[in-house]
Amino acid sequence: MEQYEPDRLSAVQRAAMRRSFKNGRASLTRRSLLRASAGGALAAGGLGTLSACGIPAAGQTQGGVSAEDHSVKEKTVNFSNWTEYMDVDDSGKHHPTLDRFAQRTGIKVKYSEDINDNNEFFGKIKPQLAAGQDTGRDLIVLTDWLAARLIRLGWVQKLDPSNLPHAYTNLSAQFRSPDWDPGRAYSYVWQGISTVIAYNKKALDGVEVKSVSDLLDNPKLKGRVGFLSEMRDSIGMTLLDMGKDPADFTADDYDAAIARLQKAVDKGQIRRFTGNDYTSDLTSGDFAACVAWAGDVVQLKADSPDIDFLIPDSGYVTSTDNLLIPNKARHKTNAERLIDYYYEPKAAAELAAYINYVCPVDGVKTELAKIDEDAANNPLIIPDKAMAAKSHAFRSLSSKEETEFEAKFAKLTGA
Amino acid sequence: MSTLTEAPPPLAPQAPASKPPKRRGRFTPYWLLLPGILWLVVFFALPMIYQASTSVQTGSLEQGYKVTWHFATYWEALSAYWPQFVRSVLYAGTATILCLLLGYPLAYLIAFRAGRWKNLIMILVIAPFFTSFLIRTLAWKTILADGGPVVGALNTLHVLDVTNWLGMTAGDRVLATPLAVVCGLTYNFLPFMILPLYTSLERIDGRLHEAAGDLYARPWTTFRRVTFPLSMPGVVSGTLLTFIPAAGDYVNADLLGSTDTRMVGNVIQTQFLRVLDYPTAAALSFILMAAILLMVTVYIRRSGTEDLV
Repeated sequence: MEQYEPDRLSAVQRAAMRRSFKNGRASLTRRSLLRASAGGALAAGGLGTLSACGIPAAGQTQGGVSAEDHSVKEKTVNFSNWTEYMDVDDSGKHHPTLDRFAQRTGIKVKYSEDINDNNEFFGKIKPQLAAGQDTGRDLIVLTDWLAARLIRLGWVQKLDPSNLPHAYTNLSAQFRSPDWDPGRAYSYVWQGISTVIAYNKKALDGVEVKSVSDLLDNPKLKGRVGFLSEMRDSIGMTLLDMGKDPADFTADDYDAAIARLQKAVDKGQIRRFTGNDYTSDLTSGDFAACVAWAGDVVQLKADSPDIDFLIPDSGYVTSTDNLLIPNKARHKTNAERLIDYYYEPKAAAELAAYINYVCPVDGVKTELAKIDEDAANNPLIIPDKAMAAKSHAFRSLSSKEETEFEAKFAKLTGA
Repeated sequence: MSTLTEAPPPLAPQAPASKPPKRRGRFTPYWLLLPGILWLVVFFALPMIYQASTSVQTGSLEQGYKVTWHFATYWEALSAYWPQFVRSVLYAGTATILCLLLGYPLAYLIAFRAGRWKNLIMILVIAPFFTSFLIRTLAWKTILADGGPVVGALNTLHVLDVTNWLGMTAGDRVLATPLAVVCGLTYNFLPFMILPLYTSLERIDGRLHEAAGDLYARPWTTFRRVTFPLSMPGVVSGTLLTFIPAAGDYVNADLLGSTDTRMVGNVIQTQFLRVLDYPTAAALSFILMAAILLMVTVYIRRSGTEDLV
């Protein structure tokens, strides 16, 4: 029988498992999903669509986008974020950066970690935003493609630059002008996410992996390769490997990337397309190598010495999670002040030291070095020139393209 | 050895003991029904109507969706995703049969032979319910890991060669294969099989077994002619409680399966949340519902039991 060390494995796996359903950018829980689909369907159902009169056009908003700004009277801001995406003190109850903001400005932040999945969250806020109602949130954090969709639909408010002096000055050049929000009129980056290749040294057992091609073609890895169920990450990495730029590709390029992945699926090379749960596959060695999010890998590395990552020579995909103020938010100015606060190098450094994603703030390195020297020198947190040069964003898609591409990708993944 | 239980309930219908209630209470049943009816209307009927309407709409997120009575969506959905439908029925069916094979002996043991261990075994059956469905399914990933002892043992015993030949697995692994999905379904829905079986078996009068013995029936004949027919209501409700949720399940296929094990639940989830093709998702839900209703009706008719449990 093969060697099996339950104690050591299970500790790591437990940590990975916990993360895979607690943490996470694409973590999927049955509960949250049920809540999302049921909530979406019911909320919409209750809206009197009983008479089968259809779903109103999404762009329509009744009575303008902005509500009266209660920022001065009500010293509060409702901030919805992803789980484990904020610094926490040792007691686990306080968020030091948020507390400092409250002390300085007198604005109390009602912080809730109620975003688990972009698609799910969209289903949740869609009925209110489509009906032109307040979602009860002043500030939300969404991945770039969904942020782009909300901007396209006219569901988020234009930001007032006069409230955002630090943000305007300190935003890294890399993130300044995405094609879906030129000049950052509606959004600011919360954190950047790098998509890289992660591997388990023990499971690889000497097989060399350097690129996405190795993942797709090396017969020694058959059935032990994972890709992400996020279309843009999996396709983006494949496009780069094929010498195309995810920031500028055609529908034909997209089809070619799908075909390349389909070939690997057909011959059983790709084991699964996963959300955040790839972390448990990788630690158990069921995945020898997979496409992964660098933030997770930094944490996995700390748990297990076998896990490491690499950046392919062809480059890697960078996406962003973005701060947005939804229509009808009651405390717009307060929300803008909070955005600006996180662009002060000191607050940004504290946050970056705690969560391991790409920090979008220039001039954070010296502040971060004071807290954590290693983190300041980690190119995954503060990209150096070489890293930044390899970073590619996935271009924004029109509504028609989005449906078409997602449908093709869904077919690839089996449904 | 069998034990005597108390006398069976009288078969003759009880004579009406009291006079019909006073007129004042005439509406009482309706008042009692009201919360349930309201609940059903708000959380079942309205969403159903809404989904039915969605399934015949066309449009996009930007332009909105309008009811155009586009019934072709049903046909398109069925022709595009029939493999997933077939797979759902196949996996759920296999899991149901496995549940029955595993659950019946256990329910029999609890009902007739467990003695003072009865409560303990019942607790063991129900205990997994105290943890989340998701955690239980994820635990299977650890149990069935490629390098783990279970897969190692199956490989040594050449069991995987057999399942490979059956097309249930591929290569030296169990995870990310149909076998893993069916195992996950079986495991997750087993208590839904055991509990109705147990209630059914437990109600069987032990004296019937004695009578069968007195008439020179051998144990197997007793089971075949007496016990099993009397437990049919439990078998029917157990299989229904297992098959129906298993056919619509997507968590097991998502976590334990691969691209070639996606079930119809996965398709609905993807269409609804990712592709945002609401009409197709709604149409698929209705096709699934209709298919299950049809199968269940035929099944209940053929098994000849209309009162469940």
